[in-house]
Amino acid sequence: MTTLTISDLVVEHRSPGRPVVRAVAGASLTVSPGEVVGLVGESGCGKSTLARAVCGLHPAAEGEITFGGRPVSPLGLRRRELTAIQMVFQDPYASLNPRRRVGDQIADGLRTAGDTTTAPADLLERVGLPREFAGRHPHEFSGGQRQRIAIARALAARPSLLIGDEPISALDASAQSQVARLMRDLAVDSGAGLLFISHDLSVVRLIADRIAVMYLGKIVEVGRTEEVWADPKHPYTRALLGAIPQPDGLGVLPAELPGDVPDPADPPHGCRFHPRCPLVMDVCRVKEPDFGPVACWLHAPE
Amino acid sequence: MLDITDLRVTIGGRDILGGVDLSLRQGQVHGLAGESGSGKTMTGLAVLGLLPHGARATGSIALEGRDLLGLRPKELNRVRGGEIAMVFQDPATSLHPMLTIGRQLTEHMRHHLGLGRSEARSRAVELLAKVRIPGPEEAFGRYPHQFSGGMRQRIAIAIALACSPKVLIADEPTTALDVTVQAGVLRLLRGLCDDLGLAVLLVTHDLGVMSAVADEVSVMKDGLVVESGPRGQVLRTPSHPYTRSLLDSLPEAHAVPGESGQQSAGDGETA
Repeated sequence: MTTLTISDLVVEHRSPGRPVVRAVAGASLTVSPGEVVGLVGESGCGKSTLARAVCGLHPAAEGEITFGGRPVSPLGLRRRELTAIQMVFQDPYASLNPRRRVGDQIADGLRTAGDTTTAPADLLERVGLPREFAGRHPHEFSGGQRQRIAIARALAARPSLLIGDEPISALDASAQSQVARLMRDLAVDSGAGLLFISHDLSVVRLIADRIAVMYLGKIVEVGRTEEVWADPKHPYTRALLGAIPQPDGLGVLPAELPGDVPDPADPPHGCRFHPRCPLVMDVCRVKEPDFGPVACWLHAPE
Repeated sequence: MLDITDLRVTIGGRDILGGVDLSLRQGQVHGLAGESGSGKTMTGLAVLGLLPHGARATGSIALEGRDLLGLRPKELNRVRGGEIAMVFQDPATSLHPMLTIGRQLTEHMRHHLGLGRSEARSRAVELLAKVRIPGPEEAFGRYPHQFSGGMRQRIAIAIALACSPKVLIADEPTTALDVTVQAGVLRLLRGLCDDLGLAVLLVTHDLGVMSAVADEVSVMKDGLVVESGPRGQVLRTPSHPYTRSLLDSLPEAHAVPGESGQQSAGDGETA
């Protein structure tokens, strides 16, 4: 089947006069068909770079990404053969062409899939918009509606893997969980995998089967959503979950994780989380834990 | 401190706010919750006289007895940024990208308080230290892009506090931030409110945030306040069906008993 496998992926950003930044520094992850994987982490941890590398928008410096057994080739100017991976971007105000009717933009997706029977209006219907919206331009829609259109366009190409790169963070709070649920339902119904990237843990919890937590270019914990939520193992996951304020009316201020994310151009030695970790041990400062599913010396495999 | 009574706002014949009553007290955080489009932000903007073009506001907004809606623009300018300050949602767009943060911190101080250059500078450095920016002296000359999102929002708060306002309006101050950073900004807001005796109007859709810092909570729907009361009462035993439906729609409502228990042991401080 068309499973996405990322193994020891390294993606580097090079810019003249600056040190090389390893945005993704050895990450491994799989996404099976029909599975929803949520990738969470603070801003700047490399989640989006990982997603872009999966699409072929960034070349991999080391490691490999295979999709259905074949390596993912970098996206170039030539016609793309791998249309089974589709992406929904963060900002629907920027990802839709303002000068073309949304129906035409959805038809692009249909054309890549060689689908001549489906009309763009059918896809609009699937994402919960009226059929006659196909003749309108993007400026006539609200943010939530635009993101639905972007999802329709991605689905038109019949992907077997859908990637959402913070697809809900530009939307109003009330539209966020609706759009997230819609993405989940559409992906699962069509048998496609979904890699859903977000910094909003409460939404990821709603829709993901598995959660991967990323910190400074590494995936530090992977597990089933309920398990990670009920019993977070890595100190970073605990800090992330502990920082979510609870609407219990008790006036409890959420726990703060001191410090900022370190500069990825100059990551700390040993475990990347050790300068901020409340449970830091001697071994953490020296040696990096490079095992899974919980990359922490407290949870080292026997 | 600030009393809003029967505030009505219409834009082009459409009612945006249909009679809002709120009162802010010194040293208290008043939370304003509701879905998008319910008029939360409009209420905040009306206090500062920043309503969009063509909007008409009636009713009264009284700051220590003075009605702000009746003030002439010149008088209102003295209130804005001086006695009432605002923090916006996105620090990436609310700070000027091409001016140093020092310039943005001192400009209104010199105007409102009539401070000299060096006085304003030393006060600005003091403020940066108060919002816990590391290395405030060096930070003074830097530009917004050199700071992370959480730091930028702290700077935006410092700018709002520069003229020692009595009222601070925070419109979704943590929505654009990561949860870990959000926790820090919320602690900062709560601490400033307690230390400086600010009256804070906190506009947010996040009931978790509301529960963490607000003393009083008002819930808005379609331009009306449907429920108002102390935090514990509104969030634990809501009397209005709309508030209940908002709370029920949250996945967090039944979450992790162990974790919240741990936290309340360590950080269970209330104002």
